[in-house]
Amino acid sequence: MKPQSVLIELQPKFERNAPAALANTQLRRNMGKATQTIRAKRAAVVDEMPDWEQLRTAGRQIKEHTLYHLDTYLLQLEAAVQRAGGHVHWAADAAAANAIVTGLVQAHGAREVIKVKSLTTDEIKLNAALAEAGISAIETDLAELIIQLAGEHSSHILVPAIHKNRAEIRELFMRTLGIAEISDEPTALAAAARSYLRAKFLSVPVAISGGNFAVAATGAICVVESEGNGRMCLTLPEVLISVVGIEKLVPTWQDLEVFLQLLPRSSTGERMNPYTSIWTGVTPGDGPQAFHLVLLDNGRTNVLADEIGRQTLHCIRCSACLNICPVYERTGGHAYGSVYPGPIGAILTPQLVGVEHARSLPYASSLCGACYDVCPVQINIPEVLIHMRGEVVRQHQDTGGLAAALEPEALAMQLLSQVFGSQATYEMAQRLAQLGQGPLVRDGTISWLPGLLGGWTAMRDLSAVPQQTFRQWWRERDA
Amino acid sequence: MQVALFITCFNDTLFPQVGMATVRLIERLGHTVQFRSAQTCCGQMHVNTGYQREAVPLVRRFVQIFHDAEVVVAPSASCIGLIRDYYGHIAALADDTALAREIAILQPRVLELTEFLTRMGVTDVGAYFPHRVTYHPTCHSLRVLRLGDAPLRLLHAVRGIEVVALPDAEQCCGFGGTFAVKNADTSMAMLGDKLRAVRDTRAEVVVAADTSCLMQIGGALQRQRAGVRTMHLAEVLAHTEDRQ
Amino acid sequence: MREDRDIMLKRIRTALHGPPGAPAQVAPSIARAYQVSTPTPAAVLLHQFVERVAEYKAEVQTIAENALPTAIAAALAARKALRLAVPADLPNDWLPPAVTALRDQGQLTYQDLDGCDGVLTGCALGIAQTGTIILDHGPRQGRRALSLLPDYHLCVVWQSQIVGIVPEAIAQLATATTRPLTFISGPSATSDIELNRVEGVHGPRTLHVLVVTA
Ligand code: SF4
Repeated sequence: MKPQSVLIELQPKFERNAPAALANTQLRRNMGKATQTIRAKRAAVVDEMPDWEQLRTAGRQIKEHTLYHLDTYLLQLEAAVQRAGGHVHWAADAAAANAIVTGLVQAHGAREVIKVKSLTTDEIKLNAALAEAGISAIETDLAELIIQLAGEHSSHILVPAIHKNRAEIRELFMRTLGIAEISDEPTALAAAARSYLRAKFLSVPVAISGGNFAVAATGAICVVESEGNGRMCLTLPEVLISVVGIEKLVPTWQDLEVFLQLLPRSSTGERMNPYTSIWTGVTPGDGPQAFHLVLLDNGRTNVLADEIGRQTLHCIRCSACLNICPVYERTGGHAYGSVYPGPIGAILTPQLVGVEHARSLPYASSLCGACYDVCPVQINIPEVLIHMRGEVVRQHQDTGGLAAALEPEALAMQLLSQVFGSQATYEMAQRLAQLGQGPLVRDGTISWLPGLLGGWTAMRDLSAVPQQTFRQWWRERDA
Repeated sequence: MQVALFITCFNDTLFPQVGMATVRLIERLGHTVQFRSAQTCCGQMHVNTGYQREAVPLVRRFVQIFHDAEVVVAPSASCIGLIRDYYGHIAALADDTALAREIAILQPRVLELTEFLTRMGVTDVGAYFPHRVTYHPTCHSLRVLRLGDAPLRLLHAVRGIEVVALPDAEQCCGFGGTFAVKNADTSMAMLGDKLRAVRDTRAEVVVAADTSCLMQIGGALQRQRAGVRTMHLAEVLAHTEDRQ
Repeated sequence: MREDRDIMLKRIRTALHGPPGAPAQVAPSIARAYQVSTPTPAAVLLHQFVERVAEYKAEVQTIAENALPTAIAAALAARKALRLAVPADLPNDWLPPAVTALRDQGQLTYQDLDGCDGVLTGCALGIAQTGTIILDHGPRQGRRALSLLPDYHLCVVWQSQIVGIVPEAIAQLATATTRPLTFISGPSATSDIELNRVEGVHGPRTLHVLVVTA
């Protein structure tokens, strides 16, 4: 597994990236407005469902069950897709997947491909791989198009351009699409994208998509979308290639009834998204006559091997956890330096690429737990975050040698563990704290702390350590 | 009932008045409080920061000290949350099945103060507190312990009190333990919004069930000279006419 | 790739079951405690369907069966849709004399379809709770491209085709699972700009639904 896939920035340093994002007031306004809007919409359509909790539980259980039998279901899926006239490819990592897709595109002699928004292909950096082979990939989702034209990276898994407002998008379209004058009305901007892309839809012979769900029993693949660009890509070209992570499986057709209720309400806050397309292999006389399914591992089996981390693979990429996250709301997605930002990114990315490559991400959370409450498949994100923090520390301790052991935080934690290890050392430390704060206290308040702890006193005072601890009081009272 | 108080290292050292209030409150309700002085820390900071091996002895220690208690009560939602949700993981990490068993037996008897009061069936604890207060449901009381409106019901039953709703109450204050230090800027951005909400209520006192969050909120209110105090729920509930 | 298949399957088996001899885990079971059907009366479903389709900013009308041709003619006239793409098996009496109907036997090119003023189809099912129309591209629906390329989609739904909730629809579709399916909930839309919903991007920008009552 190469960390070059998944990560946008090698070894992202969230705590270093966040301040710049926080200082960008335009970004914070865009993000605040967008996340608050979508949170309210989600809450409204979730509240009207009398059986929401039962659906969440079923969603989790179906995913647990699928993962438990993943080998069996993958083989079922493979057989079903082949039966329906499709081809199935297996890719152990990003490089393999990119090679398969590039090979298929070249075999059909195409220089251009149209793409449906797909995080999985972002994860494997497929567009770059195609470009290297001289194939240009055209993103057809409005937000993805905006990002592609701007030469930027996505900042939200569902609404990649959430960080951009209408004025910025208008300026971008005028500059890159050669449009002379256009208003900043979202309707006008959407119409501009429509006419630009219509010509591509009608002429480009190969489309690449991801998939939201793959039904093992029948071989059906399901793509959930809003704009119709998905339908275009899935219907018009001669060849369709779908890159799907192995965790996207559900065992039976019936299981879709759960996820098609959970996903739209959690993601866009709608009762149902405008378009859902489901297809099985090849249908004579309708749609692409060649269908290739690429099953991707790329670190997912590592996640599967971790009993606590495994639940991360339940994720249906709805982005509810991003929208509710107070950290994400304020920093935006770029600070995470990963294709997967927000709470899901903070747990998924380090597991996919290895904790040593993304050490800061599990710490990009106050552990407030709001993500767990909204997750439609009940992923206990705080639990996995804490578990991943443990992995970060253990990995560092076990491989970092003396240097790691001598880092201030590691030293402090070791020391505190010993202090708390006996009543005597603990009480001695309490007395030292009472005494040692001397130079820092003014009027019973500490307004400045050195080093690492300075972050605290930048905005907050600290009450001085009282001269009598609780236990001292208790002893006196008892006496 | 014999209540073994788990004061938590944080309250013991930095906010002893919270412990004193807890003792007064529980005794006033007719229970006996014992303080097992060998107690130190539940290991929350270690576990949450990733130093989970280092937390193993602290977990063992906690279990050893409290295993025979009739009930353990702590005025800290986050410490109880840790004990309830993560002690099992730490035992698994230590590969210690005996410890895991002991934890499972002890866990149901370890309660946060509000939970204890609810379990005892009291809402009116006989307190008197003639002030305008607002209640901040900390993330651990809200989403880990799921205290719901139990703390608010206790507050509403206090004589003389005026409870005003906190806008966007369920939003995190940005504390998050070492998060407040590691990601200080993000923490402060979150805190900024919380402060605005608190000040909008024009309350004299912000009340919560976690001293750590109160330290975050209170530290900034003090820096801003906002004239708003922070108090632990136990302190408000311990207040009576004759003890002001 | 062939070897990737073996690698992945092996990794999965090791990840799940640990080294040989590791204790077996319990297979997770699935409790389907959610609603799989609703007892809601048909009249209420009809009302809910109409209301929710309309909430997506689609046009929707309820009509009696004998009024269908008139309603179609009126809708097309209002839209000024003269060149109409239709599935090969669309009933003749649905078509007003004023329009030129291009019957699709699979011979129409994408350019032909793109050049039409609209498309007229039936559907397979409707879901009341979500205001969704489902095409299984069977009778009166045509292939997928037909209802995709024209900018105006006029869709006829029979009251008897409306079910209450998603699981009821999924159950009815279970026999048709190898057919392509398209779920349509309102006209195409995007929320990509400041999360404001804009109706009309690539799919038909106008969706007009005629619900025929029993
Ligand atoms: S973790 Fe849960 S809430 Fe977050 S994107 Fe995945 S499914 Fe949605």
